Amino acid sequence: MAPRPYAAAKRTLSFADKLFEVNWGLVLLIALIGMAGIAMLYSVAGGQFQPWALRQLGHFTLGLIVLLMAAMIDIRVWMSLAYPAYGVALLLLVAVETIGHIGMGAQRWISVGPMELQPSELMKIALVLALARFLHGKSMEDVSKPLPLAIGLAMIGIPAIFVFLQPNLGTTLIIIMDGCALLFLAGLSWWWIGPTLGAIAASIPLAWQFVLHDYQKARVETFLNPAADALGKGWNITQAKIAIGSGGVAGKGFLEGTQSRLNFLPEKQTDFIWTSFCEEFGFVGALALLILFAVVIFYGVQTAMSARSQFSRLVAMGVVLNFFFYIMINGMMVMGMIPVVGIPMPLLSYGGSAMLTVMLGFGILMSVHIHRQVEIPRHSGGII
Amino acid sequence: MPLFDKKDKSRYATFTRRSVGMGGGMAAVFAVLAGRLYQLQIRDGDQYLEDAEANRVSQRLLAPPRGRIVDRFGVELANNRRNYRVLLVSEQASEGAEHALEQIGKVIHLTDQQKKKVLRDIAANKKFVPVPVAENLTWEDFSRINLHLPYLPGVQPDVGESRDYPFGKEAVHILGYVASVSPKEKAAESDALFSLPGYHTGKRGIEKEFDKPVRGRAGTSRVEVNAYGRIIRELGKDAGEPGDDVYLTIDRQVQQMVASKLGEESAACVVMDVHNGDVIALASTPGFDPNWFNNGLSGAQWRELTTNDHKPLLNKVVGGTYPPGSTFKIALALAAVEAGIATTDYHVTCSGVYNFGGHAFHCWQRKGHGTMDLQQAIQHSCDVFFYETSRRLGIDRIEAAARKLGLGAPTGIELPGERGGLIPSREWKQKTYKWAWQQGDTLSVGIGQGYVTVTPLQLVQMTARVASGKAVSPRIVHSVGGRLMPREAPAKLDFGDEALATVREGLRKVTNEPGGTGFPWRITEPGFEMAGKTGTAQVRVFTREERARGLTKNENLEWKMRDHALFVGYAPVINPRYAIVNIIEHGAIGHPHVVMARDILHFCQQRDPARMPNAYPVTSAAADAPPKKQSQAVPVPPSKAGG
Repeated sequence: MAPRPYAAAKRTLSFADKLFEVNWGLVLLIALIGMAGIAMLYSVAGGQFQPWALRQLGHFTLGLIVLLMAAMIDIRVWMSLAYPAYGVALLLLVAVETIGHIGMGAQRWISVGPMELQPSELMKIALVLALARFLHGKSMEDVSKPLPLAIGLAMIGIPAIFVFLQPNLGTTLIIIMDGCALLFLAGLSWWWIGPTLGAIAASIPLAWQFVLHDYQKARVETFLNPAADALGKGWNITQAKIAIGSGGVAGKGFLEGTQSRLNFLPEKQTDFIWTSFCEEFGFVGALALLILFAVVIFYGVQTAMSARSQFSRLVAMGVVLNFFFYIMINGMMVMGMIPVVGIPMPLLSYGGSAMLTVMLGFGILMSVHIHRQVEIPRHSGGII
Repeated sequence: MPLFDKKDKSRYATFTRRSVGMGGGMAAVFAVLAGRLYQLQIRDGDQYLEDAEANRVSQRLLAPPRGRIVDRFGVELANNRRNYRVLLVSEQASEGAEHALEQIGKVIHLTDQQKKKVLRDIAANKKFVPVPVAENLTWEDFSRINLHLPYLPGVQPDVGESRDYPFGKEAVHILGYVASVSPKEKAAESDALFSLPGYHTGKRGIEKEFDKPVRGRAGTSRVEVNAYGRIIRELGKDAGEPGDDVYLTIDRQVQQMVASKLGEESAACVVMDVHNGDVIALASTPGFDPNWFNNGLSGAQWRELTTNDHKPLLNKVVGGTYPPGSTFKIALALAAVEAGIATTDYHVTCSGVYNFGGHAFHCWQRKGHGTMDLQQAIQHSCDVFFYETSRRLGIDRIEAAARKLGLGAPTGIELPGERGGLIPSREWKQKTYKWAWQQGDTLSVGIGQGYVTVTPLQLVQMTARVASGKAVSPRIVHSVGGRLMPREAPAKLDFGDEALATVREGLRKVTNEPGGTGFPWRITEPGFEMAGKTGTAQVRVFTREERARGLTKNENLEWKMRDHALFVGYAPVINPRYAIVNIIEHGAIGHPHVVMARDILHFCQQRDPARMPNAYPVTSAAADAPPKKQSQAVPVPPSKAGG
């Protein structure tokens, strides 16, 4: 087939063009969810801007700037940054093992100036970029060949192991699921996928025995039978379910959530913020928020499918899936459907590191959207 | 090389297909999340709302103030004071109770014993129950705890109320004390108050007998609490009802005098109003400070209380039974006059020994009293006279007289642990020993020995009955919570006026005529004279050999073997008002018991609490009004009896 070069692929978009191309509807949607989160942080602090709401507003504003800046960067620049970013993220990940300090019983942060940086968060983005770039150069047949597949799996596996060692089971799961999803989207043969799924199912008992930490096992055990230790380890799940359930149809009203205000909810400002939201705004509010999330994801999938380069498509889907996995794991966790693994609700939960990575992800997604017409040859390195 | 080829196209198609598939999967997950929301919020929403309310709303018990116990003039004998204390909720102690105790121990002083007790209490209670760690803290210690509170998870400072007995051990055997609820009490009844941390119930005395009204009714406060149990705000309140105040008939001034007179002797003393039975003072010594039990008794204190051979825990007034000794001769004398035996011509000659049935019954006066009539026999306490008289009376008539005087049966005073004592009868002996009553038994009973035992309270009741001619019974509680204790006006005593007059004159002679066994310790102030009867109760029977060797002196015996010294009396002789009993266990050396009784009766008459305006919230015209006029019990004028 004759080459069909697109004008847009050659053309360099002006800054004004790019600003115009930004999907402002999506930005508004994200801002809406972010504001809901800040409102909840105001509520769980007992109607106070301190200690969370105001700072989260700062995180969000910073995140918005990051989003727009990332959106302005040409997708081919992102492509060329993919491997270096992966390298840096991996280095940082190793660094937390050595210079990171203990927080929440796990080494997850390193201090970068005044900010606490979570390399595992950065890694999620870096992995998406690097894996997309790697897979961009591989045809469907290549992807299913042992060597490229092995390289792809290694790219997923190495950071996954380091995050797991921190230990951070939730993020490990997201990295693995995200990575595997990209391999799948790149066209990995079902011949690989089927047996692997079988093997995973078979290895769960072994993992239970040898790999999981005691506290991780406790979480699973608690999940399977929360009533057995309702005041101990089952506390979190029990109280979270009470908070959500007691919201009823219409909720208790803003600032009226007793479960969070009276501290029955643990980690109410981070992992369990969604529970407080459900408590105060009820089924109606929670469903509305879920729909907002779904719309964001829909936009993302649409963006991915409208992009004209494999790298862009994979990156977009990777970012969207990352966002989705957060929602899925956190939502299921606080509603007592899976064990507690310590994953925040994106855009809602308090925390600068998570907020920035999510916004960076959306920025790159936006860059894909803006540069959706850009075509990048399979063998191109992405540099303009 | 072309920019794009077939391979690109096919992978784009695959990507799109798989992305759509994933989109569907994601939509399915969202549907699951929504479904779960429906499940939790709509299907089970009501149940979870209830759970949330149960979390949020806590029913707090409010301890009602325990009712006060006051004397007849309103002096508080038992009241409540602020109790600054520290509670520990083991469930909230994040690093365990032991660690928490260690931390508390760094702020205030805690002994190892206290710590052990707290750990025991924690083990015995549910994890969320606050357990008292330290009570009755000083303000300084309490402030320090509050200051360090942020570093002491699970620790709750608390201002409660603690029982206080301002006069210590002075009236301990009337009041009793309070202490932690025992497992037995918890099993017997379920008062919501029992679940309060460190709640105390009455254990002895009035505190026990009137525990329920004095407790009051627990109030409740519905409060909103946070997850750490901290109260955020009050939602509703039921104040409960404070405990009832108990008004005693005691006069604290007389009580103090009695308690201080008895000192550390093993003794019992009661002062009673002969007309209405009001107990003016009641003491059993040695006592103990009831406040000890509030603050937690130390092991040493408990050992001292339980092993002391003077039995400080026993209220000897109601719970001690003694042979009445010669005080029993009052009952005999009344029976003898009543039976027509002791007429004015009736004389018995005492040679110091009375031979009966091959046994020699000795008089305390070895050289004999000579020939005496009834009044002289009382005055000198002649044993031989009463051996002969009791032989003539027989046990049946003696028993009947003793019963009329209230001996050998509980008086019904409002104190726990009252014993009945024993007035023997033919049936009783047959039943108990399967052996017929012997006349020799009667002779022993005739001088208040042998099988007969009575409580000090029965003796003072007997004395009051003789003095007033009314069948009065002692009472110590006037009213509870403004409600009068039910009491009937005493009936006339079932003895003839002549018998009573004769015996009273004999009792007057004991302490007013030379040769009377109590004469050296009489009240000399005119108008305040007392009448009475001394008694000695043998603890140990001397063998013939010991008598032969002259070893019958109490001074030669160890304390436990010495005789009990008894005195009953009343005053004034004309128009009596106060009766007294005083028993000193193993105290038959000298006559300290008579001296004490004299001083107490003298003081009591000078003060005359029965005629002072009392502080009772209610009055009963019948029982309380002191008889302004002469009662029907006309005492014999001394002029007639003196000769």
